Amino acid sequence: MLKLERVTKVYKVGTFGGKELTAVRDVSFELQPGEVVSLIGESGSGKTTVGKMILRLTPITGGAITFDGVDVSRLKRGRVKGYYRQVQGVFQDPFSSYNPIFKADRVFSMLRGAYFRQLSSAEWERKLHASIEAVSLDPAQVLHKYPHQLSGGQLQRLLIARALLLDIKYLVADEIISMLDASTRIDVLNLLGDLKARGLGVLFITHDLSLGHYISDRTMILRKGVVVELGPTASVFGNPQHRYTKLLLDSVPQLHTKWNGDGVLESYAVADDEAGVNGGSPALVEVEPGHFFAAEES
Amino acid sequence: MSVKVDNLRVYYRTLRGDVQAVDGVSFAVADGEIMGLAGESGCGKSTLGKSLIRMDSRMRRVDGSVRLDDAELPIDDTRAMNKHRFKDVSIVPQYAMSALTPTRKVGKIIQELLESRGVRFAMIRPELERRLSLVGLSHDVLGMYPIELSGGMKQRTVMVLSTLLNPALLIADEITSALDVSSQKAVAETLVEFRDRGYVKSMIVITHDLAILYQVADTILVMYAGKLAEKAPAEVIIDSPLHPYTQLLISSLPEVGVTYEEKRLTGIPGRPPPLLNPPTGCRFRDRCPFAFDKCVDEPPFVEVEPNHSVACWKVF
Amino acid sequence: METAEPQAETVVAGTVVAPIGAAPRRRRGETLYFAFRNRKLVFGLSLLVFLLLVAIVGPLLTDREPFEFYDALGVSPSSEHWLGTTAPGQDVYAQFVYGLRASFIVGAVAGCVAAAIGMAVGFAGGYLGGIVDDILSMLTNVVLVIPTIAVLIIVGAYLSVGSLLTEAVLIGLTTWPWAARAIRAQTFSLATRDFVSLARLSGQGTWRIIVREIAPNMSSYLFLTFILLFGGAILIAATLDFLGLGPTDVMSLGLMLNVAVSNSALQLEMWWWFLAPGVGITAIVAALYVMNVGLDEVFNPRLRRT
Repeated sequence: MLKLERVTKVYKVGTFGGKELTAVRDVSFELQPGEVVSLIGESGSGKTTVGKMILRLTPITGGAITFDGVDVSRLKRGRVKGYYRQVQGVFQDPFSSYNPIFKADRVFSMLRGAYFRQLSSAEWERKLHASIEAVSLDPAQVLHKYPHQLSGGQLQRLLIARALLLDIKYLVADEIISMLDASTRIDVLNLLGDLKARGLGVLFITHDLSLGHYISDRTMILRKGVVVELGPTASVFGNPQHRYTKLLLDSVPQLHTKWNGDGVLESYAVADDEAGVNGGSPALVEVEPGHFFAAEES
Repeated sequence: MSVKVDNLRVYYRTLRGDVQAVDGVSFAVADGEIMGLAGESGCGKSTLGKSLIRMDSRMRRVDGSVRLDDAELPIDDTRAMNKHRFKDVSIVPQYAMSALTPTRKVGKIIQELLESRGVRFAMIRPELERRLSLVGLSHDVLGMYPIELSGGMKQRTVMVLSTLLNPALLIADEITSALDVSSQKAVAETLVEFRDRGYVKSMIVITHDLAILYQVADTILVMYAGKLAEKAPAEVIIDSPLHPYTQLLISSLPEVGVTYEEKRLTGIPGRPPPLLNPPTGCRFRDRCPFAFDKCVDEPPFVEVEPNHSVACWKVF
Repeated sequence: METAEPQAETVVAGTVVAPIGAAPRRRRGETLYFAFRNRKLVFGLSLLVFLLLVAIVGPLLTDREPFEFYDALGVSPSSEHWLGTTAPGQDVYAQFVYGLRASFIVGAVAGCVAAAIGMAVGFAGGYLGGIVDDILSMLTNVVLVIPTIAVLIIVGAYLSVGSLLTEAVLIGLTTWPWAARAIRAQTFSLATRDFVSLARLSGQGTWRIIVREIAPNMSSYLFLTFILLFGGAILIAATLDFLGLGPTDVMSLGLMLNVAVSNSALQLEMWWWFLAPGVGITAIVAALYVMNVGLDEVFNPRLRRT
């Protein structure tokens, strides 16, 4: 189980770190194998920072992240490799994730030296092909090509294949389909669904509520670094408690229902609403089993 | 008719030949109409939008014409188009909000832009401030630097600026793509507000997001691989699309309310054809589940029901 | 007629639009294609190669020595002395070709030293950030403001700096800062790219990532930086030698000018004496800078005009 307990990230900005910026404050949740948890937030919500902290790409300022009981943030060099065998990430921009001067399969060969040195060439080849086929790609079509010769969808799938190569337990998927075309998005999303059925735990970071609703078992709404609502997807979407969750749901453009005509000025007020959650984290109140929200002082 | 585009062909010159980005497109936008131009990346919608106002040096008009209120627009003559830009045709380009110079105050940026168009800033300032407050921005905004504004606020500022001289046609190129969900709604509703108040006569809203178009557009035009696939009123396109591409596209969009377990959506396998040497016949042929032998000929874009045009042999 | 290739960011059907900021894609062959068509590059490179050949082969073509005195005093170019002789009777041609050779050596050594330090400091600061970057930046700025000439005067006064290599190393030790800054800036932007994060997720260590992911992406930039350091070093060396602060046991172009001026070559109308070294220095540095501009255009398609 991947567990976050009161995780906080504070950045020091300004010359010689004069000022502080809190990107994430007291975030707690758990991720189990075989479930998809959506982390939904707008820009500045801290969702990407949470993902990065889980992947140890940025140090954690407060709280703890534990993987099966072991504190991840304080792992030594040798143990980190072992951690990455279990937890991996895929990012938003497929073209930024590949070093443009090398071929795309280099992302696989980078792993070979670190984790699969003992395999023979034939065994490695087999394992590689199996991973690529597991993401519904044809190895002959995608291997030995440069990134610019492949499509965004193929590149993202290859990154998922890379993660699968390691037999990971958890995948942090940070906006992995936002840069793909609508017709390919759903295929990658379905792939995540298949992997979930096979036991993978996924943290699906997104700003798009429809995608979150489609694929996740539980949903967490993040606003300005603080969890405002958390619970089973059906509950959070069907019975939203927090003001912010309701605002988000109202703003989503649907395909068969029009926005309620509150008037355009109301929309501006919502969009420009800078009033953050009061400093200090409001306590989470349980409204239904497993469904929590941040009760604000009024 | 406010805008009439007739058989427009705009190609990109490259070292390897011409990329046929917009290949024979004809449509009309009426006064007061908001037309959505939808499609995925590479379909030519951005090129089409840009070619109506400013073709850059790589683009070349090969054929066709664009008429605004019955006068032909000289789209391939940059200097001649200068007279029309901003006053008759205006554009909110993609990434506009990132194009505000970070080292100048917003008011100064607007002032310089207006004066370069021969408009006295002092005279138009009251109207500018009125419109800014209309979009929920106080006139303090003029004294701020772009970095002090959020993405949605910047986008609304740019929209006010682009429509200040009441152009007949506004082209909005992916103006909601980089915004948060709450700002998207605000910006999209602003478009409708501007049309309702008569600041702009007609609009072409270019985006890949069909859901936003459903909310604000009157008509939706779907493009695929440089050609028109389907055009119909927004509700009709969403509820009863005729072109296989439109149908598959809409059925691949997850909505709030649909889950993977209940109903597994599918995408469209394959990729759009390269526009450098496009295939003959219907360009969607290779990915279309309904393709048959007639599809080796290119289907014409024909009105099959009132206000509903499609380019597909299966429909005819 | 203007033909240009659309960047990777524009819409070309068949690929997802690469967002602004992605590296523009070019085939390898196209770089060479543009390289050979770029007039500045061709001109600069040809001139440089020519001068290099003169420096290597030149001394072999004559039996004259740069420091030896011959009977002809201050004679203009003749079949005996191809570039004439100096006032005290030294062969200008010999001095010139040996001096040219010295310039190349100084440039290369100083360039390498400066490039090595600049890369180490720039990569470390740019990639690691934080306190390491703060310290290295401070160090860079301090060395940046130290005037090279003052340092060398002091060093010359206290140590017996005679050799060419010492001069080269000292120049290298004082010119690395701007290279470090430039490399740091580039590294900053590359370090935020996702492929670096992915390399970290593959268990790769800091220096491995710098050497195998970041530096290769900057290879053209590093190359250009080296060329500028090379040219700059030659110019500084010439200046130092001209002021008499350089090694006196090795013939250099700056030294030639020094002696020529102190012997009033200009007033005596011994044009061959000061023209040769002057043209020599100008030619090398000009060739390098023109090459640099040309290469920049080749590597960066946005600068191309033809």
